[in-house]
Amino acid sequence: MDKPFAITLDPGSSLANRTGSWRTERPVYVDRLPPCNNACPAGEDIQGWLYHAESGDYEAAWRHLTRDNPFPAIMGRVCYHSCETACNRGRLDEAVGINAVERFLGDEAIRRGWQFAKPETETGKHVLIVGAGPAGMSAAYHLRRSGHRVTVHEAGPLLGGMMRFGIPKYRLPRDVLDAEMRRVIDMGVEVVLNSKVGNLLATMQDGRFDAAFLAVGAHIGKRASIPAGTVARILDAVSVLRSMEGEEKPLLGRRVVVYGGGNTAIDVARTARRMGAEPIIVYRRTRDKMPAHDLEVEEALQEGVMIKWLSTIRQAGESSITVEKMVLDESGFPQPTGEFETLEADSVVLALGQDVDLGLLDGVPGLEFVDGVVKVDGQMMTGHPGVFAGGDMVPTDRNITVGVGHGKKAARHIDAWLRGTTYVAPPKHPLATFERLNTWYYSDAPQTVRPVLDIIRRQSTFEEVQGGLDETNALFEARRCLSCGNCFECDNCYGVCPDNAVIKLGPGQRFEINYDYCKGCGLCAAECPCGAIDMVPEDG
Amino acid sequence: MSFQPVKFYQTGTFTVGNRLLAPEQRSVQAATSRRNSLNSGHRACQGCGEALGARYAIDAAMEATGNRMVVVNATGCLEVFSTPYPETSWQIPWIHSLFGNAPAVATGVAAALKVKRLKGLLGDVRVVAQGGDGGTTDIGFGCLSGMFERNDDVFYICYDNGGYMNTGVQRSSATPPAARTATTEAVGPTPGHAFGQGKFVPAIAMAHDIPYVATATVADLRDLEYKVRKAMTFRGARYLHILVPCPLGWGAASKDTLRIARLAKETGVFPVFEAESGELTGSSKIRHVLPVEEYLRPQKRFAHLFGPKPDVAAIARLQALANRNIRKYRLLDEEAL
Ligand SMILES: Cc1cc2nc3c(=O)[nH]c(=O)nc-3n(C[C@H](O)[C@H](O)[C@H](O)COP(=O)(O)OP(=O)(O)OC[C@H]3O[C@@H](n4cnc5c(N)ncnc54)[C@H](O)[C@@H]3O)c2cc1C
Ligand SMILES: Cc1ncc(C[n+]2csc(CCOP(=O)(O)OP(=O)(O)O)c2C)c(N)n1
Ligand code: SF4
Ligand code: SF4
Ligand SMILES: [Mg+2]
Repeated sequence: MDKPFAITLDPGSSLANRTGSWRTERPVYVDRLPPCNNACPAGEDIQGWLYHAESGDYEAAWRHLTRDNPFPAIMGRVCYHSCETACNRGRLDEAVGINAVERFLGDEAIRRGWQFAKPETETGKHVLIVGAGPAGMSAAYHLRRSGHRVTVHEAGPLLGGMMRFGIPKYRLPRDVLDAEMRRVIDMGVEVVLNSKVGNLLATMQDGRFDAAFLAVGAHIGKRASIPAGTVARILDAVSVLRSMEGEEKPLLGRRVVVYGGGNTAIDVARTARRMGAEPIIVYRRTRDKMPAHDLEVEEALQEGVMIKWLSTIRQAGESSITVEKMVLDESGFPQPTGEFETLEADSVVLALGQDVDLGLLDGVPGLEFVDGVVKVDGQMMTGHPGVFAGGDMVPTDRNITVGVGHGKKAARHIDAWLRGTTYVAPPKHPLATFERLNTWYYSDAPQTVRPVLDIIRRQSTFEEVQGGLDETNALFEARRCLSCGNCFECDNCYGVCPDNAVIKLGPGQRFEINYDYCKGCGLCAAECPCGAIDMVPEDG
Repeated sequence: MSFQPVKFYQTGTFTVGNRLLAPEQRSVQAATSRRNSLNSGHRACQGCGEALGARYAIDAAMEATGNRMVVVNATGCLEVFSTPYPETSWQIPWIHSLFGNAPAVATGVAAALKVKRLKGLLGDVRVVAQGGDGGTTDIGFGCLSGMFERNDDVFYICYDNGGYMNTGVQRSSATPPAARTATTEAVGPTPGHAFGQGKFVPAIAMAHDIPYVATATVADLRDLEYKVRKAMTFRGARYLHILVPCPLGWGAASKDTLRIARLAKETGVFPVFEAESGELTGSSKIRHVLPVEEYLRPQKRFAHLFGPKPDVAAIARLQALANRNIRKYRLLDEEAL
């Protein structure tokens, strides 16, 4: 071959030199559990649905979300969003407004009429659900998706449980609740309203049900022993809120004393305020000890609800009550002081928590009870085979999202039980911690603030207090997500490798390491924004 | 006007790629079709900033010229680790001659290509020359200055790793003050490289009034690509000075190459700017300004400044130099001041 002067060899490629042999550590792609997903009681794949929302594909986002939770418009209003408390972005600037985006998706779905698919095949199994609250309706949805016939028996005249008969309209407009309930019914779920199940086994036998999921909630207002004159008007909060849904509004008078410190107390007081009353909450401890959520306490105060801290009611008379001042002892427990005060009161509303009406379980063998609720095992099954339970009637944190999560979990186990198998949840990835992120790569972007209704209308009407995001700021908010612990294809590893040892597989396919040339420098792992690459020692 | 970063879309233009950006807003390095001018199998150390910077720059230049260009390389790591005869990692037309003559060779190549073009033998083929800081700011400096003052049609890229790394980390005129090298040991009353020595070639390039002078770091890909692309829009002499950390010579972990380059910019130690015809036209603003310690600490070449009795005087002098850069090159956002 003809070669230029002094050249004896053809040019070769350095590809002949396998620099992978230099490596002492190898980069490995991993998936981690985002803290938001980990915190969601309904087990939503928040990061997964935000990913679709980020690209403006709201329908894909909504479909992804509703794989786990069929009620995003409700969630986006009343969920206590522990996801945001856990969100890693909170340590960078402010948490991602997950709940606000969820509401946007839920509202968008209602506006555009998105529906759930009906199951493609029917299993022929029939499941009874008792109670149409969040737990019952979530189970109905998931069981129906798996092809089971589902019949819901509901004691009340309408669907929703406490979401309708507890939570006031100004926090959850009823058209939103109706739309998300109806969508589940439209999948072919049967509902029997005004049908209180009095004897579970009889109902199961009559309907020839193969399994049952109980979600009757906790509706019996707890009483306190307050010595009261015969004329004193003492009501319980749940009944007051329930009657707000009917024709006859409760007669509370002008000076309404609410006794208790939970969210129910706040809801009753704010409701009374909207009916023209001057409510005052009497609570035994201090604000920081109050179980009600701080935002709701704040909103109540803004609307003119008064709160009397460190006080208990000792006596209720015809038009006044006597309260005793309390002090907190070292263990934070309130102790009486012997100092008394009189407050004018046309009525006293007790918001001291609820008990479960377990009447329907009389005579069901095998059940176990703790503190007035039904015990269930890790599969949400009670001591009676084939009878599962969830929501407020089992030992748990009482909120809607927990109920929805129970409904989903129970549905999985019921489905397996009906098929004669057991459902084993896939193992969880280790947590995607903040320390694993390289936050340099994220744009600076503070959280979007949701609009709030003006104060005058908040004091006189039941219009919704908190507004939603519009499309632009929902998109912005979704894009604040850091995608903690899971590759979002930012191409950093592909770019920063000095050895071209990262192979880009194309959209949705992520990346692969070419170990023939990877020297193990660790740059890809260090520069991965979301911490999705581990450096693992080579053996030997 | 400097590079205009996209501020949002989750990671904006901070990351190499971003699926949320329009295709024309994406980087050359994000594309599977990128040239990979400097291919795998090269013998650069783990985490070499120079190898990465060279691929970033040359891939961008190849893209800008439609692959019609020749690269002239000075002696140094970049040449030695890429091209041990008869192997090469370069997937481009590439020539190496000597340590100190790359600018002159490039001038010659440009002249030859021009003649060929005028004779109709060849279309427009551009010339890029590149070398380390030793090859550029020391031994090749005479040739470089000549190429500048004649305004030859060459784009020269200097990869600054602050020393003669290929021959064992000797001091160059781009070694920063106080840095320990094999020839500026950490001994005596003022350990490490002396203060008041060395030179900043981008400023000298500007003094030649050539069409385009810019600096960049390997940590900011989008800015670097923008500057290469912009340089290729000019005719005449152009100069790009890229800061490329050297894990070996700086005594830093291989995984920290980009972090350290980023810190050089964020502390003001290394000013990132561009200039046309001798005038400053834009600077990359510091995002979260940091004290110089943040930059110095992870590097063993500055270890003697810390220890049980930190050399606060030397650190203060380095901070003063950074502050001067911040003023001189307007590295802070006016609003932030
Ligand atoms: C005032 C108030 C405000 C609240 N606000 C919030 C909030 O903002 N966010 C939040 O997450 N949680 C909130 N909660 C808690 C939340 O409402 C409950 O935890 C949740 O609704 C429990 O769901 P569930 O499905 O277990 O029961 P429920 O929602 O109580 O539903 C039970 C259903 O079963 C029916 N039922 C009962 N017995 C029978 C029977 N024998 N036969 C047939 N049907 C029967 C009932 O009529 C009811 O419809 C609030 C609670 C109250 C009281
Ligand atoms: C005339 C001449 N003197 C000395 C050398 C030895 N030599 C080869 S590379 C090099 C240092 C290169 O330093 P720099 O240009 O900064 O590149 P780096 O290796 O740091 O990337 C030296 C001194 C040589 N090749 N030619
Ligand atoms: S940043 Fe995104 S993935 Fe990370 S915790 Fe927050 S919402 Fe979840
Ligand atoms: S950047 Fe490249 S060489 Fe370094 S560890 Fe990652 S794949 Fe390997
Ligand atoms: Mg050098």
